[in-house]
Amino acid sequence: MAQIFPRAYNTLAPAVLVGASVLLGLLGVCVYAVFWSPYMTHVQVPITQPVPFSHQHHVGGLGIDCRYCHTGVETESFAGMPPTHTCMTCHSQLWTEAPVLAQVRQSLTSGAPIGWNRVHNVPDFVYFNHSIHVSKGVGCVSCHGRVDQMPLMWKAQSLYMKWCLDCHRHPETAIRDLKQVFDPGSPNPSREDAGERMQEYQVRPARFLLDCSNCHR
Amino acid sequence: MEEPPLGYPTRLLEPGVTYAKATEDIASIPLRRIRSGWWWLAFATALFLLSFLMIAVSWLFIRGVGVWGINIPVAWGFAIVNFVWWIGIGHAGTLISAILLLLAQPWRNSINRLSEAMTIFAVLCAAMFPLLHLGRPWVFYFLLPYPDTMGLWPQFRSPLVWDAFAVGTYFTVSLLYWYIGLVPDFATLRDRETSPGMQRFYGIFALGWRGSAVHWERHQTAYRLLAGLATPLVLSVHSVVSLDFAVGLLPGWHSTIFPPYFVAGAIFSGFAMVLTLMLPLRSIFKLHDLITPHHLNNMACVMFVSGLMVGYGYFMETLMGLTSADPFEYANTIARLWGSWAPIFWAVILCNVLIPQVLWSRRVRTNEWMLFWVSIVINLGMWLERVMIVVCSLAKDFIPSSWGSYWPTAWDWATLIGSGGLFLTLFLLFIRLAPAIAISDVKELIAEKHHAP
Repeated sequence: MAQIFPRAYNTLAPAVLVGASVLLGLLGVCVYAVFWSPYMTHVQVPITQPVPFSHQHHVGGLGIDCRYCHTGVETESFAGMPPTHTCMTCHSQLWTEAPVLAQVRQSLTSGAPIGWNRVHNVPDFVYFNHSIHVSKGVGCVSCHGRVDQMPLMWKAQSLYMKWCLDCHRHPETAIRDLKQVFDPGSPNPSREDAGERMQEYQVRPARFLLDCSNCHR
Repeated sequence: MEEPPLGYPTRLLEPGVTYAKATEDIASIPLRRIRSGWWWLAFATALFLLSFLMIAVSWLFIRGVGVWGINIPVAWGFAIVNFVWWIGIGHAGTLISAILLLLAQPWRNSINRLSEAMTIFAVLCAAMFPLLHLGRPWVFYFLLPYPDTMGLWPQFRSPLVWDAFAVGTYFTVSLLYWYIGLVPDFATLRDRETSPGMQRFYGIFALGWRGSAVHWERHQTAYRLLAGLATPLVLSVHSVVSLDFAVGLLPGWHSTIFPPYFVAGAIFSGFAMVLTLMLPLRSIFKLHDLITPHHLNNMACVMFVSGLMVGYGYFMETLMGLTSADPFEYANTIARLWGSWAPIFWAVILCNVLIPQVLWSRRVRTNEWMLFWVSIVINLGMWLERVMIVVCSLAKDFIPSSWGSYWPTAWDWATLIGSGGLFLTLFLLFIRLAPAIAISDVKELIAEKHHAP
């Protein structure tokens, strides 16, 4: 009986089997890489704004406190975006003719707020509260990175659930002295006195921080 | 005519079955040498039923699980009933092929292939239902542990996650086992096939099988190893399925008898389904020489004994409910005996306990028609049993204010009927594409017969 397959198929058949498994594995690696890449997470991707507000200049250079503009951060879930009047506390006197601030002046005249583009957005099914994190000693820098070095704002962290849980599983990695919370350059807290600090600030043990209903209410 | 004697080894094969005849009888079905109008009629019916599934599932994806009759408190409706039913049916295959192989029961050789195929298609039908039931079936992969962006593993304390693993393992092992058994037979088909396209098709699946002694030696090693792996799965899969219920605290579910009771029920319904499929096939393709009354008798016996165990399960459940001194268990049992669930309960008893008592008679056990109808009744009864388990306990739990009821919608029925269509379609394609009886295993029987002392 004539052969059905040419001789080369002896090599081809196992090669296809091995190749398919390797490709499948590679596909998995690729999917993983894409999900953690800035393409999906937008980490370190600067977001353009109607007015090119620079945190680097205002925070790093001038040393304005976070709470000067984000007034709700200590008491509310949303840290708050400043109204145009906040900008005008200085800019009614400084750079009053600067073309780059034209939109700010226009907003003040018309009363329509400036349409800032959102940088950090958590899904609607996630309940996030700034005030509890800030009052338990989680520094701004833990989540938002070195804001004092960002000319335009970008995300420093993925905001994936895994990232939330990493910290909720090990809160000692983020909880610092309350005096340092708003210091944009404060170093990561040391682990030595973490236990003591967590007790002082009444941070609950990790198992309570991991309840589904903490965030999904 | 004198009744043929039953028992090993006289009638495992009819006299006159030779190597050539066995090959020809079996291979002629996939090789299209028998043109059967029955097959086409059955296939058309199967496709028609399959269209029910397509439509019902499409509508389900568009509108969500609200198209089904489920609601609170009965959140597990037909989807879970059908899942348990199909996965139970999927048990006979591995029992027949793996356990009977290890127990050296030669009567398995003519029926193993068919029941393995049935297992695989039944498990496919079963696996579909929990995924549809998810409501968001596109995120089914949440059930698997993989490095996700949520930093979460599946909840390993939940039997529902064990289910995903148990069913997945069972399917994988059954598929491999089935395929390894098929390799020599694919080679037979490759060598007998005349069309070049089909020669290549079978040639690819035959993996270059030449039938050398080394091939056989490795084949037998792999086959027996997989049989060893598959054997515990027969017990584990339905035990895990039963834990979906037994771990819950509801009256009628929270019971330690569930795992063995479910396994017995699975074997019972599995054998019933094997008979339901095999008897018509035997008639249509004239396989009486290979599937003899001896096989029918043996299968009926296994089915009967497992049915008696299921009956014992019903008895114990009722007895425990009545004597448990737990008011909720008691109320649940009363509701089954003569309360609102009595029609289902007594239908289950009729189908699964009373009617199968005819199997005491050997005449029934070897009569095609009687056996066929008994197997149909058992299939129906086992489905009703799952309705009883799933719906009754959910509908009436502890507080009367939270009681409810359950009525399936047309979409529930369409999905159930459609899953039957999917099963039949796959099964009918299988018997046209692969040997429905293991040619090499049957030849082994012939060889043993020739060399018997």
